[in-house]
Amino acid sequence: MLAVSAFEIGAQHYFILAAVMFTIGATGMLLRRNTIVMFMCVELMLNAVNLTFVTFAKALDDSAGQAAVFFTLIVAAAEVAVGLAIIVAIFRRRQGVTADDIDLMKG
Amino acid sequence: MNLLLAAKIPDTPWVDWPIIAPVVTLFVTALLIVLARAILRTQPRLVYGLSVAMAFLGLAVSGGFVANEWKIVNKNQPFITFAGAISVDGMTVFVQAIVLIATALSVLLALSYLRREGLETPEYLVLLLLSAAGMLVMAHANDLILVFVALEVFSIALYILAAFDRKRSQSHEAGLKYFILGAFSSAVFLYGIALVYGATGTTSITGIAKYLLETNVEHTGLLVAGFALLIVGLGFKISAAPFHMWTPYVNEGAPTPVTAFMASATKVAAFAAFLRIFAGSLSTYASDWRPAIYGLAVISLLVGTIAAAIQTDVKRMLAYSSVAHAGYILIGVQVANAGSADNKLGGTATALFYLLVYAFMALGAFGVVQAINQRGEIGHDLSDYRELGRRQPALAGLMTLFLLAQAGVPFTGGFIAKLTIFRSAVDAGQHELALVGMAAAVIGAFVYLRLVIMMYRSTHDEHAADEPKIKLDVASATALFIAAVAVIALGIMPNWFLDVAGQATQLLQFSTG
Repeated sequence: MLAVSAFEIGAQHYFILAAVMFTIGATGMLLRRNTIVMFMCVELMLNAVNLTFVTFAKALDDSAGQAAVFFTLIVAAAEVAVGLAIIVAIFRRRQGVTADDIDLMKG
Repeated sequence: MNLLLAAKIPDTPWVDWPIIAPVVTLFVTALLIVLARAILRTQPRLVYGLSVAMAFLGLAVSGGFVANEWKIVNKNQPFITFAGAISVDGMTVFVQAIVLIATALSVLLALSYLRREGLETPEYLVLLLLSAAGMLVMAHANDLILVFVALEVFSIALYILAAFDRKRSQSHEAGLKYFILGAFSSAVFLYGIALVYGATGTTSITGIAKYLLETNVEHTGLLVAGFALLIVGLGFKISAAPFHMWTPYVNEGAPTPVTAFMASATKVAAFAAFLRIFAGSLSTYASDWRPAIYGLAVISLLVGTIAAAIQTDVKRMLAYSSVAHAGYILIGVQVANAGSADNKLGGTATALFYLLVYAFMALGAFGVVQAINQRGEIGHDLSDYRELGRRQPALAGLMTLFLLAQAGVPFTGGFIAKLTIFRSAVDAGQHELALVGMAAAVIGAFVYLRLVIMMYRSTHDEHAADEPKIKLDVASATALFIAAVAVIALGIMPNWFLDVAGQATQLLQFSTG
């Protein structure tokens, strides 16, 4: 073995990676204007949460955190189905899904 | 290896059917309506009658089971079941009762609306019942993961309901905006759960309370960040400022009966989770979350009332006023469990009472808006209410009642609700908060009175006389009548309801009052 293993990856690193992923997702959500991209950002946030859950489950040696991931996955799948349906419905009417163009109601 | 795996499988929890019967009833009813719709595709009239009848039957049976639950809770002390995931206490039953009443009234309001706009009734009822079932679970949830699942069950149904009117672009837009911000807020809420789980090692609400009481938390930063994200996530759902951005859009664009349902029932369910998480389990860390709630309450009151004053659209005005109402209820949350022994009405009880009153006021006001609208949701501008008192004396009278109740005029439920909230704040020593609330109530009164004056002031407008007469159908009239009677009854004889609210909070799990 070479000296590569001097740097060991532990729970902290996973936690920080998840936090970074969540931040990227949240930032993208607030800055990007394409609804599909905004939608992907939400998915990124949810997956960051999943990673956090698994990391804590491993660190705490508790399976409840891993079970939580299944609930998140199912909920995310349901959300995708409904969200894409709404986006498709809008696209059919107006050929574009940029959030700035969707502004019939002002105020 | 096999033995090892077998040993780790937990016991199947004992299923406490009477406790989840209200939820199961609504789910089964919704599924039966879907089934009827699929099987009897060729007979739309039969399906219509069948689905409406089934929806009311389901709601009634569910209500019966909730009454049974109240008996169980009163007989035994509050308890947790389903391996600790579901708690059964006074607040559960109180919140479930409000949700069921609000659902029944909004079904009554929706029937004529759906016919007028040419929308499918069975699908609407299915989604409404599923959403209500999610809210009932929310009232039960004693595990943050279950809170999240319940939140999503009712939210996903509401996203579709907001976008239900396929013919109107505004409805689509409302659905999309609600969906994007709703998904964002649930992701934030979920991250909060993950952080709290990391800090305490459990997602059970009573488990967290126990852990915080007994252990000195190592990672306080993790825990406090978790609370903060939970507050943000739930803040979106109760539409507290500064997380209220979606409220005016969604309230304006969504079909009006959906708006009525969202304003009343969603608020109740989200506040139930709020109270259970913060007042129930994080009471040992009250000094950390109370300032945040304080800030939310003040901002909601100010933003809600001031923004409502400058709206020219009645639905948007009511949306902003719902933000302000969230502020009043947050005052109750802020002083939750601060009730002393001689005065059993702590913040929790007054918040619950306010939610009960608000459900009727909001349903009533949006119900009148819906009746005044014409096909295609035209006519919820402020100017459309000119001389309504002469054209539609009955509707104008009802609207006046609901607006005055929201303003907090005596002899209406709104007055008692505001009074008890302020009193609980003063009792808890939060004089400034009570003062901000009263100031907001004064500004708020202007908002509502502006609309009332508009309805009764004579403008000698020739066009007004030509406007079509509105014929109120029996179902909407019944819903409005029930809401009006409830608002007056809650104002004239509030003691019984306040007693029940107080009793409900006394039966709250882990209340440290």
